[in-house]
Amino acid sequence: MENLIEIRWHGRGGQGAKTASLLLADAAFNTGKYIQGFPEYGPERMGAPITAYNRISNEPIRIHSNIYEPDYVVVVDDTLLESVDVTAGLKESGAIVINTTKGKEEIEKLLPNYKGSIYTIDARKISIEALGKYFPNTPMLAAIVKVANVMDEKDFLEDMKGSFAHKFAKKPEVIEGNMKALELALSQIQKVK
Amino acid sequence: MGIRERLSGNEAVAYGMRQINPDVVAAFPITPSTEIPQYFSTFVSNGTVDTEFVAVESEHSAMSACIGAEAAGARAMTATSANGLSYMWEMIYIASSLRLPIVMNLVNRAVSGPLNIHNDHSDAMGVRDSGWIMLFSENNQEAYDNLIMAHRIAEHKDVLLPLMICQDGFITSHSIENIELIEDEKVKEFVGKYTPEHYLLNDKEPIAIGPLDVQTYLFEHKYQQAEAMRNAKRVIKEVAEDFEKMTGRKYSFFEEYKMEDAEIAVVCMNSTAGTTKTVVDSLREKGVKAGMVKIRMFRPFPAEELAEALGNLKALAVMDKSDSLNGAGGALFEDVVSGMYTAKKQVPTVSYVYGIGGRDTTSKDIEEVYSYLQEVAKTGNIDNPYRYVGLRK
Repeated sequence: MENLIEIRWHGRGGQGAKTASLLLADAAFNTGKYIQGFPEYGPERMGAPITAYNRISNEPIRIHSNIYEPDYVVVVDDTLLESVDVTAGLKESGAIVINTTKGKEEIEKLLPNYKGSIYTIDARKISIEALGKYFPNTPMLAAIVKVANVMDEKDFLEDMKGSFAHKFAKKPEVIEGNMKALELALSQIQKVK
Repeated sequence: MGIRERLSGNEAVAYGMRQINPDVVAAFPITPSTEIPQYFSTFVSNGTVDTEFVAVESEHSAMSACIGAEAAGARAMTATSANGLSYMWEMIYIASSLRLPIVMNLVNRAVSGPLNIHNDHSDAMGVRDSGWIMLFSENNQEAYDNLIMAHRIAEHKDVLLPLMICQDGFITSHSIENIELIEDEKVKEFVGKYTPEHYLLNDKEPIAIGPLDVQTYLFEHKYQQAEAMRNAKRVIKEVAEDFEKMTGRKYSFFEEYKMEDAEIAVVCMNSTAGTTKTVVDSLREKGVKAGMVKIRMFRPFPAEELAEALGNLKALAVMDKSDSLNGAGGALFEDVVSGMYTAKKQVPTVSYVYGIGGRDTTSKDIEEVYSYLQEVAKTGNIDNPYRYVGLRK
């Protein structure tokens, strides 16, 4: 991992992008890193575009502003590709990770000015298979951990087991499904460019 | 060794309040401070604190309940933001003039209107002359540390003033970051028991608190408040020294960052200081002698000490996250400049208003300020001392 990585999340209110950014911060924290996880608060409404951010570093993080030149971008909802400039400032050495069933050509058409790497994952299919419901944030979390090489996959899964046990203390029946969603995502994420 | 954790600023404050275990917490929810009483109320429900939690119907009542509790002899705390603080307004002055060492967490947010829930310092600046001690915090760690020091300062017999701890709404209150917490037992021992000398529930000394105070003595009582504020400087220093012995973390009236040989510098408060430090570092790499001063203790105001720290600069910018709308500079700017003038320190100084209503303050914004300071340092000329950064053109 680079000394400082900056990640920007694009999602829609209710899809859990904020929660995913906080879980990513947690996971990285548990590997000994310095972390920031924060959403950009706006007039929050179900379905409205939202942004969340992560910084992960080997050194204390002092900067307190939004992220304008991210190393990675995560797009939790591919309809945002048409309405939000998701690759704004994205470093070409970095990558964008998109929850989509669209193919390479279709995506490239939607991101005409972007030259860096593109990864895709069908988080809907994974979520329905693992959880029976559409919660894209869990697969997207696993996807970015893998693409940004935030931590070892095994350590990540072990750590998330603990986090889910804590988070879902009152609904232990969903822990297994969430773990399955992470595992499926780690194996199904694909580089299209 | 402390406890390595990751918490948001609000979580850190609620955690500290649990460790302090005050007698009374009275609060009314308002964004972005809502989480503080929300998290704290779970500690009350779980029985991890034995605090009397008063879920009041307004901020005016929150402060009134704190005043009543503190006057009775209890340790009372609250939290609020922006319009919540505005609604407390008359009770804010009552708390300080009755010399009640209430501790409040102010999660800074723009005062309406129009309605805006985001961060600036207009709420804090509105009460800067109300006789409260005001400590500002760059991040979750400082908000927590200032809280742990708060009661020792406020309750000191030479001080007896209410104290508020400020942190930036959302930017630090809702951002998860690393933090080093102090063990419960150490906090308990450090904060100590509250043993007021005079209080209403002392049946051996019947007293009245807050009766009519006419022409004969109000002036003297105000003078005593001002004296208490002057005494607070010494106490804030002493408590910080004890705190450093416990944690290794050093707190002064203000933090000087790369100021030893600095020729140009920025004065700011709260989270912007962190961003400014990264800009100072990159300027230093380019050979620019830049520095920064972050005010922690805004009330009492360290006028003489600041004049000493800033007096040899070639150019200085004071950044206010609140516009005084007075046709001149911001509140912090005026305080810094008047302190320097009084100490006969002449440094070309400009006022920058920034970050109003949650406008994100980026490294580029701060670079713009230093870039102007480089020009001023070179020429000594200031074309306009009342400046803005991050404002749409």
